[in-house]
Amino acid sequence: MSSWTIIQQSLPMFGKGFELTLWLSFVGIIGSIIVGIIVSLLQYFNVPGLHQLASIYVEVSRNTPLLIQLFFLYYAFPVIGIKFNAELCGIIGLIFLGGSYMAEGFTGGFNGVSKGQLESGKAIGLSRWQLARYIVFPQGFSLSVPAMAANIIFLIKETSIFTVIAIPELTNTALDLIGMYYRSNEYLFVLVVGYAIILIPLSIILTLLEKRVRYGSFGN
Amino acid sequence: MDHSGISVLFEGTNFERLLGGLWVTVKIAAVALIVGLILGIVLGVLRTFKNRPLRVILRLYLEFFRIVPTVVLLFLFYYILPREMNFNLPGDQLATLVFALWVAAEMSDIVRGALISVPQHQRESGKAIGLNRYQLYRYVLIPQAISLEIPATINLATRVIKTTSLLMLISVMDVINIGQQIIEANNHTHPTGVFWVYGLIFLFYFLIDYPLSWWAKRLEKKRLERANG
Repeated sequence: MSSWTIIQQSLPMFGKGFELTLWLSFVGIIGSIIVGIIVSLLQYFNVPGLHQLASIYVEVSRNTPLLIQLFFLYYAFPVIGIKFNAELCGIIGLIFLGGSYMAEGFTGGFNGVSKGQLESGKAIGLSRWQLARYIVFPQGFSLSVPAMAANIIFLIKETSIFTVIAIPELTNTALDLIGMYYRSNEYLFVLVVGYAIILIPLSIILTLLEKRVRYGSFGN
Repeated sequence: MDHSGISVLFEGTNFERLLGGLWVTVKIAAVALIVGLILGIVLGVLRTFKNRPLRVILRLYLEFFRIVPTVVLLFLFYYILPREMNFNLPGDQLATLVFALWVAAEMSDIVRGALISVPQHQRESGKAIGLNRYQLYRYVLIPQAISLEIPATINLATRVIKTTSLLMLISVMDVINIGQQIIEANNHTHPTGVFWVYGLIFLFYFLIDYPLSWWAKRLEKKRLERANG
């Protein structure tokens, strides 16, 4: 069979994998942003007790590989009576990982708001809450947009690791097909194209966002 | 007979075997980092030159390694090198090669970013006192770029270490693969062993990566303090 026929016949399966990659990424990213906002706010307001907990979470999540986090959720948790299906494990793992990356991005944005802005705010008599509400958050969130975009790309790439717990996303689909039909070149080609379709537009958007934020703060 | 799960770690040579696996992991990360850093510095310097075709090629190299997930990169090399180029490497060397090329790509961007952020007047002053291109890089640009580069480079190292968890996918006998063997061999006697083995591996990764990322954060903070006075 020609390579082209092989590729054509595999497209319906890759289509399903593609959809699953997109869906899991989408849910994982939304969850990560929510967790990230909560964690960065706990840290920003130094909420007693909770902000130390948030810091521990950030360090543990950032300094361990997603693969081990997934193995823990999928294989070790059932031993203590907590059981999820593979896809839910993938989503929880991705949110556990992504939450800390997003939190660091937001915290970086808040810290990036210039001292002069804070001092001017204090000088006109804003309270701590007003300072956060009208000065730090609006500027901080826009400063953290490029970090957020970079994290989104990172998290989509990380979904390829879901293959280790046999979630039939893009990478798993390709490995399955290679295992069955031994046509590695064709299936790897479709796999790379699949990721390129998702990630190239995003990485172009990321470059534009970086320029825009740079323009916003430096004017060039 | 059931044993408490944690004892699985210390039965027979299990603990030594896990440490041995960890050593394989660390060795691959270290070699890949050293080779990748050297290659990446060279590529990064080349990317600041005005030669357009060279810049385009290096940019494409970077984007390819950025866009394709590392799992996929590993499998690309794992399947395509032996089949298309008749080039057979054992898994650990193959992984070292892939990681080194990936580190070189990321490093080239870090180096380029640091070099172009050295203020323009520094470059011009260097030229004004008659430095040639080599001297300009050697005495003016690279020393100033290094303080910008180091935190990013350490962060890259932590990423490489985390990414070594993928070694098991191409059947390298790394710490996770050995952990799985121990879990399977002791599943009957230690049904909760899985919790402790993966827990220990989790801890291993944390203990290696946490000090590195702490160090990077501290250097970055110091640099910002110096920059802002």
